[in-house]
Amino acid sequence: MSAFAIDPLAGVLLIPIATAGLLALISDYRLSARLNVAASLATLLAALLLFVERPAVGPYLFVDDLNIVFVVLSTFVGFTTSLFSASYIAHELDTGKLTPAYLRFYHAIYQVMMFGMNLALVSNNLGVMWVAIELATLSTVVMVGIYRTHEALEAAWKYFILGSVGIGLALFGTILVYMAARPVIGEGLDAIIWTTVIQRVANFDPALLNVAFVFLLLGYGTKVGLAPLHAWLPDAHAEGPTPISAVLSGLLLNVALYAVLRFKMLIAASPGTIPPGPLLVTMGLTSLIFAGFMLYRRRDIKRLFAYSSIEHMGIIAFAFGMGGPLANFAGLLHMTMHSLTKSAIFFSVGHITQVKGTQKIADIRGLTASHPLLGWGLVVGVIAIAGLPPLGIFMSEFLVVTSTIAHQPLLAIPLVLGLLVAFGALILKLGGLAFGEPQGSLAPVQASYVPMFAHLALVLTAGVYLPLPLVTWFQHVASLLG
Amino acid sequence: MHSFGFDLAHLLAGGLVLVSFMLLYQSRLYALLNVFALHAIILALSVAWQAYVQSAPHLFVTAAIALVFKALVIPVALHRMVRRLGIHRQIETVVGIGPAMLAGIGLVALSMVVMLRVTPGADALAREDLAFALSVLLLGLLLMVTRRNAVSQVVGFMSMENGLVLAATGARGMPLVVEISVAFSILIAFIVIGIFLFRIRERFDSVDVSALDQFRGERR
Repeated sequence: MSAFAIDPLAGVLLIPIATAGLLALISDYRLSARLNVAASLATLLAALLLFVERPAVGPYLFVDDLNIVFVVLSTFVGFTTSLFSASYIAHELDTGKLTPAYLRFYHAIYQVMMFGMNLALVSNNLGVMWVAIELATLSTVVMVGIYRTHEALEAAWKYFILGSVGIGLALFGTILVYMAARPVIGEGLDAIIWTTVIQRVANFDPALLNVAFVFLLLGYGTKVGLAPLHAWLPDAHAEGPTPISAVLSGLLLNVALYAVLRFKMLIAASPGTIPPGPLLVTMGLTSLIFAGFMLYRRRDIKRLFAYSSIEHMGIIAFAFGMGGPLANFAGLLHMTMHSLTKSAIFFSVGHITQVKGTQKIADIRGLTASHPLLGWGLVVGVIAIAGLPPLGIFMSEFLVVTSTIAHQPLLAIPLVLGLLVAFGALILKLGGLAFGEPQGSLAPVQASYVPMFAHLALVLTAGVYLPLPLVTWFQHVASLLG
Repeated sequence: MHSFGFDLAHLLAGGLVLVSFMLLYQSRLYALLNVFALHAIILALSVAWQAYVQSAPHLFVTAAIALVFKALVIPVALHRMVRRLGIHRQIETVVGIGPAMLAGIGLVALSMVVMLRVTPGADALAREDLAFALSVLLLGLLLMVTRRNAVSQVVGFMSMENGLVLAATGARGMPLVVEISVAFSILIAFIVIGIFLFRIRERFDSVDVSALDQFRGERR
């Protein structure tokens, strides 16, 4: 019985890391791509099993109602991206943009990254969580630099340096949390175990926790891509291969956000600390408005959607910063919808840039005429991400705005302003991309449409009808977040 | 009255801050690497002393890693890399030495004010260690910000990591998993950086990061 209880959790971690080892030995590209897809599917199934059989809380790993949402979302997007990645990379090989030598460890690193993200999500130990996020970051750094062009190297270098600084600050924050926990819990392992810490956080020294939270917010906030610390994000998205842009936006940002949320719960549970909300609200609003205006000046299609990710992470941070059941619910929903929509957009953008041979927005026109499926996929995706009804993001943005009006009416003004600015920019750019006289290559494209339309269908369904179990689940998690 | 143990720990941690300042004004790469080796040696001594004072033998491992890996292997490797790349010329600093030192003094003052104010409950050794560690961390950040050369940015990053190790060992009883992870992440970080340097050299025959700036995607 107990062995069975451990199984799904072990699967979520062991499948990726074992596959990574195996993939490192396989040099044949087609075989490793298939194995990558199979392993991602197996991980997803293991993650779904966590709903059925929840393992006991251990000193290193645990699953609760909050992180299970993140794990399932992560493994799902990881699986669909592996499907997209297979066709994307095959095309890069055919056109000679990437050689098999460069791709030798691509799939192995992909699985290492999935392992890092899953470990960060299910770790109960603040030190292990830190290591896992570091691992996920380093593996994406390697992926971003894979084209070895000037731009890719600069993007990877910048990402690496800024990411390391962020991770350094986060570690300092973790040490401070331990320092705060030690007088209450005692020395040793117990004092960095999250489930122990959260139970007894009320007796911690609030001043020390305040400083710790500032470091953790700055550190992990760098990874989330919140505004003053976002500089790595557009470059890393634009210069890496598109599957990596999809997982960066859809997954890694969420994982970092999850870490911030965990520590926010700690701070919120401790009386006498500064309320963490205003810090998150400020950073969220700054990101939203800044990214909204930056969207107008983008000339590169992948950068455009990278800035849109900053904007949406700002909205999510804002929602969680507002707090309360409704705003937290909206934040969770928005995070899910954003992951699905943004990765769908990157799936279509990936094929578009391949067929057009350019990332410049000015050189891509009339997609709905030249490549109807891709073009309309992009249209639906952008309409969703801009927040038009009836798609899922409209609903979550609507909830964020209503809960803000209910609690802090004045904050609703900059929020709505930011949303409108970003909306205008995206629709403006979409007009040029999707309609008008087709420009550039008209060649048919070997694309895998399934992942893109699967994501968009989910987003549309969520916008029209959210199943009741999902709503109650999210409401329950929202109440946990305080 | 403070004990001898406290005084020595204090001296070593303070020495680390001082060497961080020395890193700030080194204008040649070789000198920078030598001072970094000194930085790592002092860190190793400090960690070893903490291991002795706290009677925590596992910390000797961390000290040994600092001594062997950071004081010897990395500086030697970087020395060779600098020679092979032929970049043992003057380092361009973005701001002058004077402003950098002033900023450094400001950062140290800041970390003292912040850390000493929020840790009145902790034991004196731990709180002063934390204050020094934060100073080293911020000075490492400053070094990274003021340099454009990739090698000196790496040195700044590693001196920052030294500050983190100092903090982790100063916090009594911090589980070993974290220390190992710190050392391990440095190892990984170095491998990644090494790959980067090689690739950058392959492409540009230069490790000046500002040369990369011209290739920013949108200024094509």
